[in-house]
Amino acid sequence: MAAAGTRLDADIGTALSKGRFKRVGESVIKLSLVAAASVSLFTTVAIVAVLVWESIPFFQEVPVQDFLLKTDWQPLFEPISFGIWELIAGTMNIVLWSLVMALPIGLAAAIYLSEYADPNVRRILKPMLEALASVPTVVYAYFALTFVTLNVLRPILGDSISIFNALGASTVMAVMLIPTIASISEDAMSSVPRELREGAYGLGATRLEVAFKVVLPAALSGVIASVLLAVARAVGETMIVAVAAGSTPNLTLNPLESIQTMTGYMLQVGLGDAARGSVQYRSLFAVGLSLFVITMIFNIAAQLVIKRFREEYD
Amino acid sequence: MSEAPPTTPPTEAAPVHEGTATPRPTMSRKSVGASQRTAPDRFTPPEPPALEVRDLSVYYGKKMALSGVSMQIPVKKITALIGPSGCGKSTLLRSLNRMNDLIPGARITGAVDYHGHNLYGNSVDPVEVRRRIGMVFQKPNPFPKSIFENVAFGARVNGYKGDYNELVERSLRQAALWDEVKDDLKKSGLALSGGQQQRLCIARALAVEPEIILMDEPCSALDPIATLKIEELMRQLARDYTIVIVTHNMQQAARVSDYTGFFLAGEAAYGQLIEYGPTEEIFTTPMDPRTEDYITGRFG
Ligand SMILES: Nc1ncnc2c1ncn2[C@@H]1O[C@H](COP(=O)(O)OP(=O)(O)O)[C@@H](O)[C@H]1O
Ligand SMILES: [Mg+2]
Repeated sequence: MAAAGTRLDADIGTALSKGRFKRVGESVIKLSLVAAASVSLFTTVAIVAVLVWESIPFFQEVPVQDFLLKTDWQPLFEPISFGIWELIAGTMNIVLWSLVMALPIGLAAAIYLSEYADPNVRRILKPMLEALASVPTVVYAYFALTFVTLNVLRPILGDSISIFNALGASTVMAVMLIPTIASISEDAMSSVPRELREGAYGLGATRLEVAFKVVLPAALSGVIASVLLAVARAVGETMIVAVAAGSTPNLTLNPLESIQTMTGYMLQVGLGDAARGSVQYRSLFAVGLSLFVITMIFNIAAQLVIKRFREEYD
Repeated sequence: MSEAPPTTPPTEAAPVHEGTATPRPTMSRKSVGASQRTAPDRFTPPEPPALEVRDLSVYYGKKMALSGVSMQIPVKKITALIGPSGCGKSTLLRSLNRMNDLIPGARITGAVDYHGHNLYGNSVDPVEVRRRIGMVFQKPNPFPKSIFENVAFGARVNGYKGDYNELVERSLRQAALWDEVKDDLKKSGLALSGGQQQRLCIARALAVEPEIILMDEPCSALDPIATLKIEELMRQLARDYTIVIVTHNMQQAARVSDYTGFFLAGEAAYGQLIEYGPTEEIFTTPMDPRTEDYITGRFG
């Protein structure tokens, strides 16, 4: 009896351990997935490290307080001055005005697609909208300059608007951002459970009230994520602003003026306006680092907003 | 409707709690009902109708889900809709406050009369219909908002101008939830237990002061104790409200309802009203053999 029991125990022991060796393949797969994930993490860390490392010589020549407190960005002519705020203002100018246009339209499109559109209409409209996001930005750039500024803004606003101006760039930037905001927000809103909507309709809510008082709050983190992505694209977009917004650092949020963004400056310097090793060339990295910090602040702020306002449904 | 005896106030006023010392309403209910039943599905409740369903058929796309239902829903009574899964109970219930409008491809023929107006008339605003005819769903679906905001929601969208604190307290009391939540009205409605969530949904429906409350299997996601609480609550609410409840729990229908309609899809594949009458009769002396089969559990 005891012997039989032991043999049985031994059999079970082999059975239990038998699969271990067969599943070596599984750990190989797991390892390669981890490797793939680490590549992107490592790249990010490396980029930040390079930015910081290359910025150090710049800040040895230009004191940090000048960089952060002076308001003149004049790297190429005497008196040379590296006050980052004019470039930050340029970027903010574009971000502000493009969002002013893209956010309401993008959200309205998302609400229409998710709450109003017939399923068949949505099936056709959504891919069309997303196709807008795949237009190369250089096409948008020349569209901004030749069509928006010359054929629309100039005839309306006359000479009060420069040929190179923030508004033309912001307008096409908005066109580029609308699909991003609409598509991601729509995904978030569509995944709000039907039961929540029905509960609201059952209390005599209209479609608009359901959209704004139930669906939007429940989908808030997705909506904010879409806006964040839009901001990141606007902050990082180079082609449109370099072509259409000008290259005049300008401490203003006035959309009618010619400006220069951080990316616009980096492109200008990168294309060879400054000799390698010069302070102008090194300023490239300082501006890049600032860009990174600003994007990071946006991200953190958005996380806080989400924590504070999101109405979680699961 | 014209046959409704004008001398029924005692029946209406007396609460119909089982086990209480008022057998009279039950008796009169039964005798009046029996006298009016000529065919299994032809029955006119003695009370005036809160809703009158006339030859209602519902389609989802080309598929017919419900065929030719006619029944009167009596005022301030509990009417139960029973029958096997897929026989169109929810479909009928959702047609009573135009909830089916929200389903793409859903279509109805026939009429539902409410105070003499067809709810499907051209000039009727479904939003106003749903405000007057509230709904409680199968799965508790509180909004991811505070308990207070859950109850206040309907009043807010309807532009209620009165005292919200008072309204929320009154509604929560009516739903027998006040004592359990009065100290944390700011807590999320989702933090409550399933039974509490369902009572919150009932409170939320009551806060817009509807005339009729539709409940679609309101206890199917709840444990037996929470179920009993809701049933007790329903009996209390029936003093002031007309209630229609869908249930596939026959004991529940027998326990809480005054009238019962039995539905079946059968080979026809679309739901039909098979039998309608006072609950006691449906459960003790059904006229249609299919009702009897279902009641006695001889049905799939
Ligand atoms: N949204 C819908 N779209 C298509 N068919 C539906 C829909 N809702 C219900 N049905 C169909 O209608 C019939 C009745 O469903 P339902 O009213 O939910 O039955 P019950 O509530 O009695 O279980 C079923 O055959 C079901 O498949
Ligand atoms: Mg159902």
